[in-house]
Amino acid sequence: MATAEIPYQETMPLHHPKTWIGKYVFSQDHKVIAVQYGITAIAVGLVALVLSDLMRIQIAWPGEMAWFVEDFYYQSITMHGMIMVIYLLTAFLLGAFGNFTVPLMCGARDMVFPFVNMLSYWVYLISVIILLLGYIPGLGGPTGAGWTLYPPQTITEGTPGADWGITTMLASLAVFIVAFTMGGLNYITTILQARTRGMSLMRMPLTVWGIFVATFLGLLAFPALFVSAVMMILDLKIGTSFFMPAIVSLGETLAYDGGQPLLFQHLFWFFGHPEVYIVALPAFGVVSDLISVHARKNIFGYRLMVWALVFIGILSFIVWAHHMFVAGMHPYFGFFFATTTLIIAVPTAIKVYNWILTLWKANIKLTVPMLYALSFVLTFIMGGITGLFLGNVIIDIPLSDTYFVVAHFHMVMGVSPILAIFGGIYHWYPKLTGRMLNDTVGKWHFWITFLGTYIIYFPMHYLGFIGVPRRYYENFDSSFYPQSAQDLNELISVTALFVGAAQLLYIGNLIWSYFYGKPAGDNPWGANSLEWCTPDTPPSHGNWGDKLPTVHRWAYDYSVPGAERDFIPQNVPQEQTA
Amino acid sequence: MRKLLDHHVALLLGLVVIGSVIFNVWSPWQFTEIASNWKFIDFTVMVTWWICGVAFVILGLFMAWAIWRYKYHESGESHYEPEHPVLESWLTIITAIGVVIMLAPGLIVWDDYIQVPSDAMEIEVLGEQWTWKFRFPGEDGILGTTAVKKNVVRGLEETTYEANMTSLNPFGMRDDDPYGEDDILVASNILHVPLGRNIKMVLRSKDVLHDFWVPEIRAKMDMVPGMITYFWFRPTRTGEFEILCAELCGRGHHIMRGTMYIDTQEDFEAWLDTQVTWAEMKAGQKPESPIVAKGRQIADQNGCFACHSLDGTEVVGPTWQGLWNREITLSDGSVVVADEAYIIESIVDPAVKLVEGYGSVMTPYSFTDDEMAALLSFLQEATNAP
Repeated sequence: MATAEIPYQETMPLHHPKTWIGKYVFSQDHKVIAVQYGITAIAVGLVALVLSDLMRIQIAWPGEMAWFVEDFYYQSITMHGMIMVIYLLTAFLLGAFGNFTVPLMCGARDMVFPFVNMLSYWVYLISVIILLLGYIPGLGGPTGAGWTLYPPQTITEGTPGADWGITTMLASLAVFIVAFTMGGLNYITTILQARTRGMSLMRMPLTVWGIFVATFLGLLAFPALFVSAVMMILDLKIGTSFFMPAIVSLGETLAYDGGQPLLFQHLFWFFGHPEVYIVALPAFGVVSDLISVHARKNIFGYRLMVWALVFIGILSFIVWAHHMFVAGMHPYFGFFFATTTLIIAVPTAIKVYNWILTLWKANIKLTVPMLYALSFVLTFIMGGITGLFLGNVIIDIPLSDTYFVVAHFHMVMGVSPILAIFGGIYHWYPKLTGRMLNDTVGKWHFWITFLGTYIIYFPMHYLGFIGVPRRYYENFDSSFYPQSAQDLNELISVTALFVGAAQLLYIGNLIWSYFYGKPAGDNPWGANSLEWCTPDTPPSHGNWGDKLPTVHRWAYDYSVPGAERDFIPQNVPQEQTA
Repeated sequence: MRKLLDHHVALLLGLVVIGSVIFNVWSPWQFTEIASNWKFIDFTVMVTWWICGVAFVILGLFMAWAIWRYKYHESGESHYEPEHPVLESWLTIITAIGVVIMLAPGLIVWDDYIQVPSDAMEIEVLGEQWTWKFRFPGEDGILGTTAVKKNVVRGLEETTYEANMTSLNPFGMRDDDPYGEDDILVASNILHVPLGRNIKMVLRSKDVLHDFWVPEIRAKMDMVPGMITYFWFRPTRTGEFEILCAELCGRGHHIMRGTMYIDTQEDFEAWLDTQVTWAEMKAGQKPESPIVAKGRQIADQNGCFACHSLDGTEVVGPTWQGLWNREITLSDGSVVVADEAYIIESIVDPAVKLVEGYGSVMTPYSFTDDEMAALLSFLQEATNAP
């Protein structure tokens, strides 16, 4: 696409806020909205973190917390999973990083629909509140159906929260999807329409590419979740039978007839698998940029990195049933979905190679954001190769529904994107606030989190090999559950509690540095992309002062031979560097 | 020493990689000893394990080495080379070859897994919250058909039906199917199977998703209400194995256990001979007076039998076998007689006097006087049965 002669936003009027509320609460500034998204996501993520600690206590020392009964356990696994995947990771990577980076990195004044962008945040906040309404006492609590919400058990009596809990969950998801759609349309339109002069698509930083592809996936995938939520609400409230066959629930023959539980699973995973990449692709992008900036070297194989993102995005829509190899669908599907799933390993592996090859012959600054990015790569390799086990249909048979699966997805889409988020916050915090985060606290937090999560999840694969099933409130004495496995679980739980508590270091650092951090200057990392070229730090409303920047090069001109410094920002004309 | 501290990041990343390898070698936690024909599944796992393991070690150590070797120096300079098409092509090709080597045996074994040998004997597994039942096809070799509802009359305004899966017909056998008469019904979570025979497990659920899984067999498949699913295997060693439910099925998921014995052919036949057929089960059912029948219907509709058995089987709650006027030890150690007053209290306020060894999981139930009277008549009649 040719770049417009006069970028749309050059002439776009900005409505500068006149009141404190207009500036900080109902703000239309993408940077404020990013912070609002970020704070809300972290807050609700802390709830999910506490839930996981409670579960780990129960697993390691069953029955020690007498009040933590079966219902609480199953409600906790459900809420932990859903909050982490949707309300923390998706909301943070797209809502916070997407909002902050897209206009700044594209050289735009703001999102193209600032008002819709503001609404997106407030609707997201409403969805979080609805979700937490599940905890209102006396109504049975939130749903305990597992984050996959498989019917029929989701809406039958044998599951905790089968009425109020599941209603709030489905309503919250539907509202979240509205919020996501408003945000997502903004990111895509802004990237396509509001890039500044010279910012061709193939000059965009990989962060923007990751967010761009992920948003496309979200806009195409979330509708599948939306319709399944609506259909399940209808099954629950007015007795339709979309997902409900004739069943005898706890002895009672229900009126449902003729529905198909597998239909829900197909709809759910048609959303659910792209969702994995909605979380992963922005993380890929952020990590690519972090590695390049802090290694003082161009990202290796930029064009292939872009095409790998696009190819992964497309393939992610035809692999969903690898979550259903033991679901009872037609067995021939196994051939197809195992093949597509292993094909997706190729572009993913290319990304890993290129990150590592970027380090080769580089000049690596081991800053704290770089540490997070490097640990992301190692964690992601571990999570990725265990995916090759589970994606190969026959290997999935013995390992599915065991702790191997728990270990795999926590590595690949739990810990990895969280490390990318930590690194990204650390990297952009100086631009956002004008101050540096504290390095000593950052390093402590990094090592505790990286090594701790590795100690938690790496051995967990082996529990899966011996056959410990996931989602068990208690294992009792069992042939598949030797005493050594219980000892291992205690180790994992102690580590998890420690790592959980250590997250306070990061939050403390965010707050302390806001007031007392070292002043950052405009470009503390010596980075090239446009957000480091703003006239003010933090950037003011409108980002660029009077005139939008003009882009003359890609974002990865680090250590160019013959250049004066080891970086050349994107807005420096070619002739000034020779 | 100073140098090691300078390079602590590279060292620690390298240690994580090497530590993972050492853990893998020393780990006491590996696949359980296999008890079925699916050793090719284990083989495919090993192929993947080696390819992925080698890739992990190479990538991890290369990364650690690069971090050590190319650590920042003021005077240092990165090599500027945006792309290297030859290297990128080779890496893509090597990865693709690795993927094919892993996928090909996987698909071949999967083809075996879904093609049931024609000589396989069928055993049906029926899952329900939170226990297992089993059914053998009997002499005719054919499993009779089943239904959740009977006498369904579909209308524009309303659809009426009667329950077919009741305590008198726990498997939901259809009245009008003669193939079902000789089916052997095992209404307990203990299953015996013969050594060396190909077995097709036919899987059915009456309520929610379950998954029949014995880790030593390797095979598993979800059980989906409204559908029949299957897998097959051939037992290769005798022994006692634990049956687990591998698909979240509600608050009792973790207690949904059972035992599968792999027997010699003689032991298996001896066990099978002690089980009853559907025809025998029906013949053994005494005709019930109207009030007792009504009480049974109430117990059925309220799902009492999901947790309480009539034949001594341990389910979620204490069995009702021989309940009436029996002495019962409570969780506080005291002993009471299960008379009418105690039973009514246990129905309307079950948390007050818990039987020793059982948790407080039952919700309180309330009935009209008529209903309670019918229920008590049924309990008295049914639970005193020898």
